[in-house]
Amino acid sequence: MKVLVPVKRVIDYNVKVRVKPDQTGVDLANVKMSMNPFDEIATEEAVRLKEKGVATEVVAISIGVPQAQETIRTALAIGADRGILVTTDVDVEPLQVAKLLKAVIDQEKPDLVIMGKQSIDGDNNAVGQMLAALLDWPQATFASKVEITGSKAHITREIDGGLQTLEVDLPAVITADLRLNEPRYASLPNIMKAKKKEIAQKTPADYGIDVTPTLKILKVSEPPKRSGGVKVDTAADLVSKLKTEAGVL
Amino acid sequence: MPVLVIADHDGGAVRDTTAKTIAAALKLSPDVDVLVVGDNARAAADSAATLEGVRRVLLAQSPALGHQIAEAVTDAVLAVAEGYDAILTPATAAGKNFSPRIAAKLDVNQITDVIEVIDASTFVRPIYAGNALETVQTSDAKKVITVRPTAFKPVGHGGSAPVELVGAGADGAHEARFVSEEVVKSDRPELAGAKIVVSGGRALGSAEEFHNVIEPLADKLGAAVGASRAAVDAGYAPNDYQVGQTGKVVAPDLYVAVGISGAIQHLAGMKDSKTIVAINKDPDAPIFQVADYGLVADYKTAVPELMAALSAGAS
Repeated sequence: MKVLVPVKRVIDYNVKVRVKPDQTGVDLANVKMSMNPFDEIATEEAVRLKEKGVATEVVAISIGVPQAQETIRTALAIGADRGILVTTDVDVEPLQVAKLLKAVIDQEKPDLVIMGKQSIDGDNNAVGQMLAALLDWPQATFASKVEITGSKAHITREIDGGLQTLEVDLPAVITADLRLNEPRYASLPNIMKAKKKEIAQKTPADYGIDVTPTLKILKVSEPPKRSGGVKVDTAADLVSKLKTEAGVL
Repeated sequence: MPVLVIADHDGGAVRDTTAKTIAAALKLSPDVDVLVVGDNARAAADSAATLEGVRRVLLAQSPALGHQIAEAVTDAVLAVAEGYDAILTPATAAGKNFSPRIAAKLDVNQITDVIEVIDASTFVRPIYAGNALETVQTSDAKKVITVRPTAFKPVGHGGSAPVELVGAGADGAHEARFVSEEVVKSDRPELAGAKIVVSGGRALGSAEEFHNVIEPLADKLGAAVGASRAAVDAGYAPNDYQVGQTGKVVAPDLYVAVGISGAIQHLAGMKDSKTIVAINKDPDAPIFQVADYGLVADYKTAVPELMAALSAGAS
């Protein structure tokens, strides 16, 4: 079974995000970039499927600037077998990412796609569902447990107020939630090995996909700042302030 | 041109999130219809009909719709989508699951997690965990939008819209089937809609301590229980307690953060609360930068004192 894992290069989740003064976007110059944390979980899950003998090949794909190659190398160091880099300077929107992935899938014919539920930059939480729609495949989003038996997958999903389990026929798209697994740290030998693995270089034009944005970003601004209030000395003070000043008790 | 709101409901009635999404929809068009998809969801449709500003309620029913299976919901929505300029869904776990599937089937990008409607084609949405706000404009003829419910005030009751049965779409043999569901039963209010939320962080140190300290305080205040991602990752609290960018976004009247340092991802989930209280022994914890009232103290002494002060005030 072949598993495709889309991975995205995003601002590292520990970095404080700063909006550019001209409101055209977020300042990414000289900022640490990493693999989207949810994609790391997806990669880990795919590699575990391979280690269990369920998957035979794990292919990592990234769409973005040339440096996204480093993100693919990270996936290869975790244990993916080879990579595909689709290079573009455009900040590709979710539907266009899904169309590109579909074109790749039409060639690669994987049995399963595992990807992060959302990227921590655009926060759209959309590509997995869109890809499943375009492929007419079933989707299992926000997965916290994945079990594959033959041509079916049992997926436990996080829903409001609890968990839901679905059975889906493969091929399918699964999106990873936080609790699916804890990604490993790549070992030095594996990082070295990853350098020798193959990464195919592509462009959106190779797949005949137009990645021109469809939405117009008018501006990116800072959220209203919340200023810190007062410090109270005792719990009794706190209760009296909540009653009299804030009026919330 | 009319717009359609996909209702969030529990079978018996629509949730508050639906009333809030209708409020957002009314900023796009005065003609707002509500689609209720479910199994035996007549009562939910009737409750949607009482919401102000609703022109009519459409009800689509089948067993797969009862479990909000994305493929089935998408079919039901596509069956009625033609007459609408926009399709709005509350950004709940279920809505986030099916709405992008609808968008892709309609060949449009989704406008996700809208917190402000500027006009019928211009919207504001948070990106980077709420650390930036993006104003986007679409020229799509049909817009697919998810709405962050906490950003809108719910419409009132007092309407009396007609309810019409519609088909469930191509609801045939789906490749995704419902197996089971495990819903945590609780007497406490639901986290996403609670007026008061008490959350605990990593400082609690164990699941027992979380249970013994946070839960009694929440019950004393009639509050829902939340947790930081750090507390959830450490196993002190279940994942559905998680408040933050990767968990639930809440905006209660009162948010009490106990032993939470205030990581960016947590702040993104609660900074729109009306009043924020932080209890933390580290005076430099970032949570104090957003708290209206800060108490620099160890929760081990502060929470019992708070409980005592609340009891004293009540008598």
